[in-house]
Order: sequence, then structure tokens, then C-alpha cells
Amino acid sequence: MSKQLLKGNVAIAEAAVRAGCEAYFGYPITPQTELLEHMSQRMLELGRVFLQAESEVAAVNMVYGAAAAGARVMTSSSSPGVSLMQEGFSYIAASEVPAVVVDVMRGGPGLGNIQPSQADYNQVTRSAGHGDFHPIVLAPATVQEAIDLTVLAFDLAWQYRTLVFVAADGAIGQMMEPAELPALRDVPVERPSWALTGAGQRPKNVITSLYLGADQLEALNERLQRKLDRIQDCEVRYDEYYLDDADIILVAFGTAARVAQTAVKRLRQKGHAAGLFRPISLWPFPEQRLAQLAVTAEAFFVIEMNAGQMVHDVREVVGAAVPVKFVGRMGGVIPMPDEVEEAIYNWLACGG
Amino acid sequence: MVALAVARDEEVVYRRPGTLTDVYTHYCPGCTHGTAHRLVAEVIDELEIRERTILVASVGCSVFAYNYFDVDACEAAHGRAPAMATGVKRVNPDAIVFTYQGDGDLASIGIAEVIHAATRGENITTIFINNAVYGMTGGQMAPTSLLGQKTTSSPFGREAKLAGYPLRVAELLAGLPGTAYSVRRSLHDARHVIQAKKAIRLAFITQMEGLGFSIVELLSTCPTNWGMDPGEACEWVRDQMVPNYPLGDYKVVEALERYSKRGRK
Amino acid sequence: MAHGRIVIDAERCKGCELCRSACPPQIISLSDSLNSQGYQAAVLVDPGQLCTGCALCAVVCPDVCITVYRMAKRRN
Repeated sequence: MSKQLLKGNVAIAEAAVRAGCEAYFGYPITPQTELLEHMSQRMLELGRVFLQAESEVAAVNMVYGAAAAGARVMTSSSSPGVSLMQEGFSYIAASEVPAVVVDVMRGGPGLGNIQPSQADYNQVTRSAGHGDFHPIVLAPATVQEAIDLTVLAFDLAWQYRTLVFVAADGAIGQMMEPAELPALRDVPVERPSWALTGAGQRPKNVITSLYLGADQLEALNERLQRKLDRIQDCEVRYDEYYLDDADIILVAFGTAARVAQTAVKRLRQKGHAAGLFRPISLWPFPEQRLAQLAVTAEAFFVIEMNAGQMVHDVREVVGAAVPVKFVGRMGGVIPMPDEVEEAIYNWLACGG
Repeated sequence: MVALAVARDEEVVYRRPGTLTDVYTHYCPGCTHGTAHRLVAEVIDELEIRERTILVASVGCSVFAYNYFDVDACEAAHGRAPAMATGVKRVNPDAIVFTYQGDGDLASIGIAEVIHAATRGENITTIFINNAVYGMTGGQMAPTSLLGQKTTSSPFGREAKLAGYPLRVAELLAGLPGTAYSVRRSLHDARHVIQAKKAIRLAFITQMEGLGFSIVELLSTCPTNWGMDPGEACEWVRDQMVPNYPLGDYKVVEALERYSKRGRK
Repeated sequence: MAHGRIVIDAERCKGCELCRSACPPQIISLSDSLNSQGYQAAVLVDPGQLCTGCALCAVVCPDVCITVYRMAKRRN
């Protein structure tokens, strides 16, 4: 496979197609609409299912239906649309049907703007809907990674029968980079035994999230929690840059990580032992590795494109022993490497 | 299954349809949900489609509908059944997919979903139970509640100025080109129940023929929340609901004409 | 006139009496005793053999508890 120049949104869409996505239901919203448009072409070319729903509310419920019917299905949206889908996420998670959701995050809250942000971090990692659950959340920092994580998202969704998010800030969705796409997988022919396919000669399958008895619902929750425990044990992903001897550890994901990486390079050039810890799975959060790093670090600087969301997760892991600082911009503004550097120099100047 | 003790010279005129499970329903005495379930089950039996039928249940008194039908089923969020059914049908075009929804679910929170399923000509069937109240939650006003009707959230009687007018769903959806079959029937007496069954059958045939969206609106009783006994509730449907929700065929595409003996009103 | 009979599943019946209203010869009434759900079930009272097996009771029964039988037509 050779590299092509690809826009993030298009790359994610094509990656899903290559991963054997059978059905896509979505709605236009900036900055991810190219994903929908690409699907509208490719899915129909391949004889698969594409439908532009009347709203995000409808789209996520179409996803729920197709997932219940045992199809590999996805949707995509951006922050305000993801809010509309939250009801559906909760139902999907409770019913344990697999689904992939791409959130191309934009400035908020409210209608906000169409600039890139990371302000949905809390929304997608805490549960993405009402009730006790966590989707797996994967955060790419390059177009190539967006492709790879989209394919992985389908695999994980089906392995665990759960909801998987690809959370890309708007810049990843819009940027163009050279990347390689995987080979095209066919849509699986067989449906899983739990799916709604028409009962035929077997006992009927019922997919529901309704459990009126408290002990019944607690049992469901126990099962979901055990699943989340397994996911936490097995699906942590992160990347490290110059961490071997780092005293000052920057923590960032997505585009903020690219900014942080530049800052690290410049700090190193000036003789500072800086490094970057980049979570790729935002949930499960890479707690263990971060806790290890906290043993030798002098400070953490969490760089985000929001008011400070992941920083709380870092603080909780690191504890009070090591300072955890925050550098961020809100409203769709991307922090620049010199702002990050300045914050670190100021801290160093104050005695660190 | 009920064991039938058929005498040597007897024939069975009526028995429970196979598509209904043996589970006792939780519906109130005299609630016509049971009747509607029975008619749908009879039609599924007669059309021999049970094995490929998928029910999308909705939120309302019929939230446990999947316990009563021996078919694959799923539970949609409130109002979302037509969207969920769209997802099921699009990846399973050979399945017969139907939604079963009350007036709160379909005409209030779910009105966008059903309008768009209809407008897309989605090949699904919707059984719409119109009993002019929100039953499950204790009798609040519904979009289909009549002017002057007292409910727990319209204690002074529904007033147009404050709460608008009753929504006529069969007419509304009939106006959409994707709708192939949109009719209103009633369940308030034997004659009307028999006519309702014919309409339900035609609705499923619409789907089997791939003609587009089909909906049967069934005027139904809610004795408990209307504060009436079942017989009085049937009379209320006849005397109050039918004049406001005229029975009839609002859309029947030509291809269906050969299945009905003659156009009827 | 063909003779018919109905069998009502008394445990399933909720005593809504819709069958009673629908029955042309008015030969359905309510039991004096309660079933295990607490309802007075409908019961056929047909000493005069008036049931024709018309099945209108079954048509209106929301709980599908009525099975209807009829004498088979005599063949020549």
C-alpha cells in the first residue's frame, strides 16, 4: 500500500470502509461533514448501507437498530451532535451491541464554533450518556493514526460488544497528511448468534436495556463493570517521546500533543529534560504508566484545547507529590508551542 | 399453547395465534392493546412471516411488547422506534420489521422519526395505538388528546389557545409521497376490530411487496386513565374519538388495490 | 343453526366484560369467584344451547383467552 495525501475525515471514513463497516448513518455537521460525504459515495459504490438521517438523534438510533441486527455500523458527528446522541449511546452500551462513533470535536459549549477543540473529553470519557459505563475512547494525533485507530475501533467494539469512540479534535479531521490505508475487508457474511435476524427456528432474541427489577439491573451493571475491568487491563494505549530521562513531563493528546512535542524539542535544544507522555486511549486512561512516571518526574504540564479536563485525571493519578500544571486554550483556539514553553519557563523561573 | 379438547364432530373456529407467547399481559382489563397485539399476531401467522419478523418495541404501556410476541425484538428509546427500525431493516432487507407505538411515543417525542421514516418510504410497518392519553405515566395529555379533554396535565380540559389541537397522524403521514398505506381504524367493537385486522394485514403486505411505509392508526381505549370501565371506554371511542379522528383510508397506493376487494371508507 | 361452545381460560381472563357486551345471545356472565389474579373471570352460561360459535367474543377479547368451537357442518 502506498501513501496518499488524505484529509483526516476522509481517511477515517475510508478506514472504516476498509475495516468492513457495513452501515453508516450520520448527519452533516462541521467539522466532520466530509466523513459523511465520503461514506455517501463509497458505501453505495460497494453496495453497503448509507443513510443521511434527519437528525443526530435519529442517526444514533439507526445505529442502535443496525447494531442490534448484528451489522458492523458507525456514525460520526461533532460536539453538539454528540450531545444529541447521548441517549443512544447509553442504550447501545446497556444493550451490549457493538458500535463505533467518531467525534470530531469543535469549540463549545453551546453552538460554539467550528474551530477545533478537545472540550468533549469529559463527555466521552465519563460515560457519553446517562448511567454507569465508559466507551473505549481512542484519540489520534495524526491522519495515519486516525486510520489505524478507526480500524482498531471496529475490532475492539466487536471483541467486547461495546461502544468505541474515535475522538479527534477538529484539526485532525481537517488536516491533510500522507497516510497509508489498509486493504479492503469484506463485510462479514455471518451475523452473530445474539443478533436480530428473524427468529427462524431458534428461540427469539430480544435486545433491550430495560430491567425493571433493581437486582436485575444491578446484575447487568455488574456484568458491564467486569467488562470495563477487562478493557482497563488490556486496552490501554499511549505513546512516549523523550521520556527516558525526563524531569518535566508534558501530557497531551491529539493536536495538543503535536504542539507539546514541538515544545519538548525546543526545551531539549535549550538543555531541559522535557518529554511527552501521549495518551492514545483516553479511556481506559493510562494510569499505571503515568503513576510510574510520577515517581521520577519533577512536574507535569498538561496541555489541552479546553478549560482543563484531562488534567484532573492526571492529578488523580499523580497525587499531591508532584505538581501538575495546566496550559490550555478554549473556544477552538489552538495553543502554540511558545505559549507552552513560556508557561514552563515561568514555572522554572519561580523555583520550579 | 392451550390444549384443545376438540370433540369428534367439532371444528375449531378460533384459537390463540401461535405468534403470541403464553405470557399473561400486564395490560389493564379491557385495554385494547391486547386486542391490537392479537390482531398483529394473527396476521403474522396467516402471512407465515413469523420467522423473519422483527419487532421494534417502544416506550409506553406496550414497553414489554417483546414479551408477548414470539419474534426477534428490540426496545427503542422513547419515540425512536422508526429510526431504530430503519437501522434494522436497512441491514436486513428481507426481514419484516414493524414498530408498535402509542400516541406519546409516536406523535409527541417521536414525530420527527416517523415523519422521516414515512418520507423516506422506509419499508417498515407502524402499528399506532391512539388512546388520547399518556397511559404508562398515569394519564397526562397527549398530542392526540381531544379539546376539552381533562387529563392529569390538563386538569381544566385541553384548550387550543394553551395547548394546541389534537394531531391527526394518519392524515399527516398520508400526505407524504413515501407513505404507501396510511389508514385509521378503531377497536371499540367487534365489527371495527374485524375491519382493523384487514387493515393490519394490508399494512404488512405493503411491506412484503416493498411498496413503502405503512401505518395503521388504531383508536384504542384506556379505561384506567379515562376513569371508565371497559364498556364505557369503548363507547367513548365511538362517541368522542371517532368524530374527531374519522376512520378511513387516507393513502392506499394503487399496487395495493388488488389486495382489497374495493376501496372502502 | 350450528351449535357452538367457547372455552374461556379463566386464569388469563381479567373480567373486562367486553365479551359479554359482544355476545349476541347474551350468554356470557362473570364468575362469582376470583381467579388467582383477583379477577372475576367470564364464564359461558348456556343451558339453552344458544351459542352458535360466532366467535364475536373472541374477536373482542383483549387477553385472547377464548377458544371457540362449532359443530362441523354435515357432509352429504
